[in-house]
Amino acid sequence: MTSSKRNTKRTIIAGIAIIVLTFGYLLYGGLDKNVVFFLTPQELLAKGTSALDKPVRVGGQVKPGSVKWDDKSLDLRFTITDGSGEIAVRSKGAPPQMFRDGMGVVVEGRYGGDGVFNSTNLIVKHSNEYRPPKAGESPRAMYKTLIK
Amino acid sequence: MNSWMINGLVGHGALLVSLPFIALGLIAVPTGLRRSRPDFIAIAYGSVYANFFLVTASAIAMVIALVTHDFSVSYVAQVGSRATPLFYTIISLWGALEGSILFWAWVLALYSFLVVWLNRERPGTLVPYAAMVLLGVSLFFAILLLGPADPFKAVFPVPTDGPGPNPLLQNHILMAVHPPLLYLGYVGMSVPFAFAVGALLSGESDSNDWIRLTRNWTVLTWGFLSAAIIAGMWWSYEVLGWGGYWAWDPVENASFLPWLTATAFLHSAMVQERRSMLRLWNINLVVGTFVLTILGTFLTRSGIISSVHAFTTGTIGYYFLAFIAVVLISTLVLVAGSSERLRTTGHLDSAASRETVFLFNNLFLTAFMLTVLVGTLFPLVAEAVRGVKVSVGAPFFNRMSLPIIAALLFLMGVGPALPWKSASRAELRTKLVPPSVGAAVLTAIALMMGIRSFYGIVVFAFVGYSAAANALEFFIGARARRGAHGEGWITALLRLIAANRRRHGGYIAHFGVFFVALGIAASSSLRTEREATLKPGETLSVSGYTVRLKQVWGREEVQRSVVGATLEVLVGDNVVGTLEPRMNFYPMSQQPVPTPEVRSGMFGDLYLNLMAFRPDGSNATVKAIYEPLVPWIWFGGGVVVFGAVVGAFPTGRRRVAAPAVVAATVGRQDTAA
Repeated sequence: MTSSKRNTKRTIIAGIAIIVLTFGYLLYGGLDKNVVFFLTPQELLAKGTSALDKPVRVGGQVKPGSVKWDDKSLDLRFTITDGSGEIAVRSKGAPPQMFRDGMGVVVEGRYGGDGVFNSTNLIVKHSNEYRPPKAGESPRAMYKTLIK
Repeated sequence: MNSWMINGLVGHGALLVSLPFIALGLIAVPTGLRRSRPDFIAIAYGSVYANFFLVTASAIAMVIALVTHDFSVSYVAQVGSRATPLFYTIISLWGALEGSILFWAWVLALYSFLVVWLNRERPGTLVPYAAMVLLGVSLFFAILLLGPADPFKAVFPVPTDGPGPNPLLQNHILMAVHPPLLYLGYVGMSVPFAFAVGALLSGESDSNDWIRLTRNWTVLTWGFLSAAIIAGMWWSYEVLGWGGYWAWDPVENASFLPWLTATAFLHSAMVQERRSMLRLWNINLVVGTFVLTILGTFLTRSGIISSVHAFTTGTIGYYFLAFIAVVLISTLVLVAGSSERLRTTGHLDSAASRETVFLFNNLFLTAFMLTVLVGTLFPLVAEAVRGVKVSVGAPFFNRMSLPIIAALLFLMGVGPALPWKSASRAELRTKLVPPSVGAAVLTAIALMMGIRSFYGIVVFAFVGYSAAANALEFFIGARARRGAHGEGWITALLRLIAANRRRHGGYIAHFGVFFVALGIAASSSLRTEREATLKPGETLSVSGYTVRLKQVWGREEVQRSVVGATLEVLVGDNVVGTLEPRMNFYPMSQQPVPTPEVRSGMFGDLYLNLMAFRPDGSNATVKAIYEPLVPWIWFGGGVVVFGAVVGAFPTGRRRVAAPAVVAATVGRQDTAA
């Protein structure tokens, strides 16, 4: 093997090694920082200050009577509960059209120091099980001025 | 006669009858090869054909059951409804677990049929072994269809109506496009796998023959997979209402993983052909791609992750895991047994050569695949091991993938410019320096557009560089032909492509990727979003567009109720169009399906989504998003597919005749004008 070929091989192996090491380091560090925990309200509260201002997802039900939406400022507030813990949630933007009390939701965002959870993404839990609508729940009944 | 007697019996019976045929073929291949009995091989090929006809019969029985609303068939009772329009009834064949497995089995049977039929005259043991592998995969799906994913179970008493397909899957026409393309791409990866295992079994893994046979199938199926991924992005954009097209959702990742390894293989296969290197690596890529398709099916079909694609929870996941284990262990044993044959005979001559670029291309694509794989599987592992529910956020994927994407975009320009073996300094100067002009131009454009994010600018710069380098290849080739044959520019260009379809098909696909990259870079850096509650007559402005609410309306359609908002689109004071974002209410679901409407222009989309409305229609909350260059993503996807079509057909001496005739005619017009 000539020395130029040995050099070629060395250059390429060094290049590969640098890429692999950088990649491994980034993968490890990136995963560590970007894991988003999925918690119930009670679990989030139990974490105390260690959970403040970190991206997290919280799943629970909409507490009956807690929904307040201002359609002018697009400010949506409600309380999410799992029966034992309760967290106030603030979100920007319209709630899903059929947002109602007791519905299962997942909010993604950060729990602020002011005791309010700032949601950047609000997901309604879909139940895939078919359930025929109750009387008065069909769109035709609910939006009777619109759907004639 | 009960209708289940017909549809159910035919569908179920055909699958049952396919089992002995598959078994016959699986036994006939090794026996026939050991005893040198060509008639046994003919029997094995016959069983591949028989399996295709039987699975086809079964699939047709299912379609008939769906169309005739035969609710005695369990799958129809699950996804059918009398109110669903015929079109969506037919495509609900792949709308839920059992039907989609049946469709998968049918696509596999079709591919097996084509592979064996087209290569039936080929001497040697490669094709018989490949046929055996394909029958083995078919056996797995036949077992699923007769066991945990049986679509033909009898339902009694027979219901009079059903719930209809999942609302999300019957809301847009792209649902007729994305799933079949995905299956064609996914299942098609079984063919390279079959050839790779066939090469190992037949002792042909040291010849480049199986690579040559495999590469055209891979280009074809890779083209389908590319189209499917783009169609899936488009569907997400048009249906989900959030205005995005990619969320690093596990399901999207599942479709992307085998694409990355297949793309790596398309490049490294050339290194094996030209330089006799990377033999073991290529086998690994092909097997890895296949395993990733099965893993993807496991992730999306077993219910292990919750998404629109995950239909049920059941035992089917264990079948997939067992199958993956069988595939991995058996190929590992085979590779270990052929290690002598898989040894590299060629070597790298220089760091400045095309094969070195391909080496790094493969390194980055593999790193990309590992990133996505780790990010996708981490939540499952964390839940299994530590009992915590976590998800890996988009920032992880973005941070990891952006440097890799940038590097790949740059290499896409360097690779075509460098020769095999070794480039001289002069070659490096004349090939690698001029494309910098392209980089400068696109950087300037990015800055003028207002892109300020680091990676946004880097993507524009590297796309500029590589697009110029690829264009230069076409230019240099066409100029040489002009000089040598006195052809016009267009003739020269078309003949250049026809003379080496695979290489130039690849360059065309590169251009498609450039369009996609620009679309993604611009739309993720410059997207603007406004949301407001409007009364009729009120307006909302976003990026030079103003929308004015005219009215909120509702109506009943056969299978759903609809509430929509009509909005005028204004540029300045001129009304340029009307958009009607809607919400579709399906009786099956308690949540409406958002149905945004998009106004596409050459340089961007105006995307309107109806977020909420007062039940009396007195106001509506509307989200308006300006999405720059998003149409370029769909266009680029089309270019990628076109490149794959050009590249998928081999450059045969006789086959060149047809395009050459076309080229000659075009050339005459060219010279006449």
